[in-house]
Amino acid sequence: MASIPAGTLYRGKVGMWSWVLHRITGVGIFFFLLVHVLDTALVRISPEAYNVVIESYKTPIIGISELGLVGAIIFHGLNGLRVIAVDFWSKGTKYQSLMFWAVIVITVGIVAGFAPLHLARVFGE
Amino acid sequence: MAVIIETPNSPRTRKQANWEKYGWLFMRVSGPLLIVLIFTHLVANLVVGDGIKAIDFAFVAGKWADPFWQVWDFAMLWLAMIHGTNGMRTIVNDYVAKESLRKGLVTTLWAVGGLLVVLGSLVIFTFDPCPAGAAAELLPSFCPAS
Repeated sequence: MASIPAGTLYRGKVGMWSWVLHRITGVGIFFFLLVHVLDTALVRISPEAYNVVIESYKTPIIGISELGLVGAIIFHGLNGLRVIAVDFWSKGTKYQSLMFWAVIVITVGIVAGFAPLHLARVFGE
Repeated sequence: MAVIIETPNSPRTRKQANWEKYGWLFMRVSGPLLIVLIFTHLVANLVVGDGIKAIDFAFVAGKWADPFWQVWDFAMLWLAMIHGTNGMRTIVNDYVAKESLRKGLVTTLWAVGGLLVVLGSLVIFTFDPCPAGAAAELLPSFCPAS
């Protein structure tokens, strides 16, 4: 039976996709961190200046984006633990795929639990 | 400038301090610490009480009146900024082939990171929770009435 040519595209499976997601979430969190240090620095200007800017964090669009930010942080943190396990644990490479799916399940679970609570506050009175 | 990659399995021959190794180790030491610092930060600010709705000047002032949260946020600021800047440096090193541009971007990253760490540290430790002349309703309840 003739086998289907595999082609030349690199297929790294979950190891590759976890690496891609780790980079994208890392860059996203980094730029949020820059903004977050600056907006928090406004407490040193005046209470009014800080309150005006922090109010924007409670608007619907940014409120929904915060779920993405929280999800990115949880994924990046847990996947970082997976990377450490792959580096330092003798069975790390054997279980790297299972650990990736565990990271995804825990991340989705926490965001799903947090979302109703957070959105009720953003969209509530 | 051509980049020379040493044979991967040969021992390191350069005698200088191995900064890449320290950077690699730093990511793995600061990572777990940041999980504790940031997850607690998220629970304290977005989950308990009224979450995002409760965050205003009085909320921040109430936290930073306690040295515990000052030290907590100070550690979080430094570790997160160095961790993030070093991660960005890794990405720049991976994708920017032109050496002068790569050097410029890495220098910019550390300059911006250094500036924000100094700014943030000053804000945390020179912060006055009861600034003179501010409207009392914007301040935490423990501020003396002016």
